[in-house]
Amino acid sequence: MDMEYSSCWRFGVARVVLILSGMFSVLGCGAVQASEIRVGLVLERSGKDDKSFNASAYQGLKRAEKELGLTTKTVEAPDNSAYETLQRAFAEKKFDLIIAVGFHQLEAVKNNAKRFPDQKFLLIDEDAKAPNVRSVMFEEHEGSYLVGALAALHSKSGKVGFIGGMDVPLIRRFEMGFEAGAKKINPKASVTANYLGVTGDAWNNPPKAKELALDQYNRGIEVIFVAAGNSGLGVFDAAAERSKLAIGVDSNQDWIKPGYILTSMMKRVDEAVFDSIRMFKEGKFETGLVRYGVKSKGVDYSLDEHNAKLVSESDKKQLEELRSQIIGGKIKVPDYYLVQKKK
Amino acid sequence: MKKENKPTGYASFRSFLRAVAGATLGLSAGLLICRLVGESPIKVLQVLYQSSFGSGYDFGMTLFYTAPLILTGLAVAIPLKGGLFNIGAEGQLTVGALAAAWAGVLGAGISSPALAVLFATFFAFLAGGLWGLLPGFLKARQGSHEVITTIMLNFIAAGVTAYFTLYTIKDPVSAQAETISIPETFHLKPFAVFNGAPMGWLIFFLILLAVGIHYVLWRSSWGYSLKALGESEVAAETYGISRGSSWMSSMFLAGGVAGLVGLVEVLGNSHRFKIGFSADYGFVGIAVALVARGNILGVLPSAFLFGILQKGSASLDLETDKITRDLSYLIQGLIILGVSAEGLWGWLWKLVRRKNA
Repeated sequence: MDMEYSSCWRFGVARVVLILSGMFSVLGCGAVQASEIRVGLVLERSGKDDKSFNASAYQGLKRAEKELGLTTKTVEAPDNSAYETLQRAFAEKKFDLIIAVGFHQLEAVKNNAKRFPDQKFLLIDEDAKAPNVRSVMFEEHEGSYLVGALAALHSKSGKVGFIGGMDVPLIRRFEMGFEAGAKKINPKASVTANYLGVTGDAWNNPPKAKELALDQYNRGIEVIFVAAGNSGLGVFDAAAERSKLAIGVDSNQDWIKPGYILTSMMKRVDEAVFDSIRMFKEGKFETGLVRYGVKSKGVDYSLDEHNAKLVSESDKKQLEELRSQIIGGKIKVPDYYLVQKKK
Repeated sequence: MKKENKPTGYASFRSFLRAVAGATLGLSAGLLICRLVGESPIKVLQVLYQSSFGSGYDFGMTLFYTAPLILTGLAVAIPLKGGLFNIGAEGQLTVGALAAAWAGVLGAGISSPALAVLFATFFAFLAGGLWGLLPGFLKARQGSHEVITTIMLNFIAAGVTAYFTLYTIKDPVSAQAETISIPETFHLKPFAVFNGAPMGWLIFFLILLAVGIHYVLWRSSWGYSLKALGESEVAAETYGISRGSSWMSSMFLAGGVAGLVGLVEVLGNSHRFKIGFSADYGFVGIAVALVARGNILGVLPSAFLFGILQKGSASLDLETDKITRDLSYLIQGLIILGVSAEGLWGWLWKLVRRKNA
């Protein structure tokens, strides 16, 4: 198919290089040569400008492109049926690694992994259980536990709030961890939770998120943790308006409203993407399920110049203490996924 | 405009030509913008062609996008004949799709595939139909404007289906917001030539459905009454046509047809109901019906055009450096504008005639 386009010479060159590198690996050089590695990234509908989850994956890819020297191509799916088509197109173009971001892509990755058994995939946020897929999952409840504790430390009344995007199990997992963390610090803490909706619009509705946040602040809530993609921007607005605190999610969002964002519960999707590509380049790419928790700092709270004045030394000390207790197994953070399965 | 609504061969042919010319104009404007962005229009056309006809899989996927648009296009075009603007196809298809998935759960004991598919079809049609009937009823009884009620019911449909998905028939193993998968007897088998694209005999059934509805509208007294109502409410009532029953029945049919999207998605593709599966089919269906100028058979090529564009939007993003999926939405918008700009065409036509005179 590529032959018909003007860029066909590029693919031609890439093929020659590919053949040469094949010879090298026969000679015992396990690592793949940098220049010809091609990585395709398939993003969700919300796309690379969501300032959150997809943006983080995109940043990881761009960093890898710069530091490791590879060719990349990013596409944003126009609808949920396009994932399979896009991954398949990358596979047919013989991209070396295909990265699929988001749990919506699970079925598509499963199907394509079967169809292209020699193709390597990286799937973020779900477990594809296929021999040629590296699946990365994040322990969101652990990170949420830490920011829940921090929220309780900054709420005199013990009232903290949670605003979720779409009412799906993944976001319930954030809420459950957050609540447990807050109650660890202050057993009397109360968590008020609101969800934006049950359609995809929930990720992209800042005005409604702002209304919910204002309502929560009116009820005396002092800190709100928001896990709602783009909608989170509305909560940050409300926090600045009422001089209260909010907690961001996925990417480090502290810069958006400095002074009003206590911290961000970061899912280091960028790290996971970068690490996986680096391993691939070094010939150490391992498939199977990999979990990123507080131990590997795959989920973490953010600290930078924007929230330095908000988070005190004693706060940090307490959070690090909690972190080591989670790693040591002393604290078992409740996991919504497991609770659900038991039901 | 009024004259062209009459089914004289010449007028409808001219109307068709206008639609094609409008689509071409819109597409040209879109290609011009691609040119300005720095991408060759020839390449854009090549990519669009390859993405829809390049392989069995590509063609199958294009039909997969076309199928729901045929249904939602019909769901908008049918009530339009009676003067109702149904923008609730999105809600109707959501309810229909959930009903199809539920039929799969309830009918787990059915051993005959034909019976199973029939069972699910009945459920999907009935659920979508009732969801469409409600605004029809409110219009007939209370005079509530259907644009308001149908759009509100879209949100209610999203909420209600999400509730049942998350709390009643949720897949307990899955971390996603989706129902239990339906048994194999309910699956619609795709054609092998499509090489993995989830589309089979269903597409022929949908074409037959459109032809059937066209036939009923032109040959039955029900269709006559509906069209008379669309032409002039007062005249139709004077003639003894009941507004209420015509509106209600057309909305029931429209909703039922939209509900059949459940066959495409649930029985044909994902074999379960997933929250947010629809690529805004209900809303694109409005554009499909407008580009078809409300013509029932015109919905078929119009839906195919939008199927090509929907499939192509991902391919353009992938195959070119400059064009993102947003730009391909822009092209879609320009095509709709080109076809539906009725006033523009009349004005141009006058201009040409004046020059010739």
